[in-house]
Amino acid sequence: MDDLDRRLINRLQLGLPLVRQPWQALAEELDSNSSDLLDRLHELLNDGVLTRFGPMFDIDRLGGAFTLAALAVPEPRFEAVAEQLADMPEVAHNYRREHAWNMWFVLACPSEQAISDTLLRIERLTGLVPLNLPKEETYHVGLYFPV
Amino acid sequence: MSACISLSEPLPQAPAPEETSLALRLIELTQAGLPLLEDPWAWLGEQLDLSVESTLDLLKRLQAEGAIRRIAAVPNHYRLGYRHNGMTVWDVTDADMPRLGALLGAQPFVSHCYRRPRRPGWRYNLFAMVHGRSREEIDCYREHLRYLLGDACAAEDMLVSSRILKKTGLRLSPSLR
Repeated sequence: MDDLDRRLINRLQLGLPLVRQPWQALAEELDSNSSDLLDRLHELLNDGVLTRFGPMFDIDRLGGAFTLAALAVPEPRFEAVAEQLADMPEVAHNYRREHAWNMWFVLACPSEQAISDTLLRIERLTGLVPLNLPKEETYHVGLYFPV
Repeated sequence: MSACISLSEPLPQAPAPEETSLALRLIELTQAGLPLLEDPWAWLGEQLDLSVESTLDLLKRLQAEGAIRRIAAVPNHYRLGYRHNGMTVWDVTDADMPRLGALLGAQPFVSHCYRRPRRPGWRYNLFAMVHGRSREEIDCYREHLRYLLGDACAAEDMLVSSRILKKTGLRLSPSLR
């Protein structure tokens, strides 16, 4: 990864400009040319430095319901419960965190009703009562990892 | 669920239904990513049966409405050395929440910042996710957030992630297709 790769990664995290010729605009900004930038981007994606390049949708605004929920799983049952959740398509991601509430997951469902149903299903399946923490206000969303 | 907007921005208009259906086609077309072409809008226009100009206008509108945050690269933050993340959680006075939520959200090392409900056995109502290249780095961020909140914060904690158990990303649910 050279200096231009780094500048490209940093710049592309902020977003492609919505102009008629976006890659030429970016090439001027980064003092390069558009085909070189596209080649580098291709390489960074192939290489796994970048996981995706494309529109980032706020799915909330297009329908769908989400929540962050947690379980306090007794240590001996941790792996088994993780597997139960991994099998559920509604569970988008799941992290172990070092806390009494040791399992934190995001549910993505078509509706609020489906969220409630899924939480109930998790409770029946695991015998553990989930902590349901839907977001009430968003102050900031934006991953930016300068390199 | 509350609209997903930043407090500093005016409330955007919800997209019109026909725009939503175009947006859903756009999601399907670009779920795996935008093709790496010199003229990506021309490609998108062909797929959506729109002129290049209409395609670009659509993207601009969706971005202004908040349906598209941006067209951007998502780094593999582990590969870039950001291996540590902490979910900092804070119990702050409700009256100060709008100001303090915006303040924490504005810190460059905070990737997500939300207000969430208190529950029996869970007193924290403000969440800010921090990322760093070492444990010391995220400890330092937490310290800084604590300093910013000052007396308005009654209790706090940081839940460090030690393992990813599942990560699929958000898929388009069948009912939205």
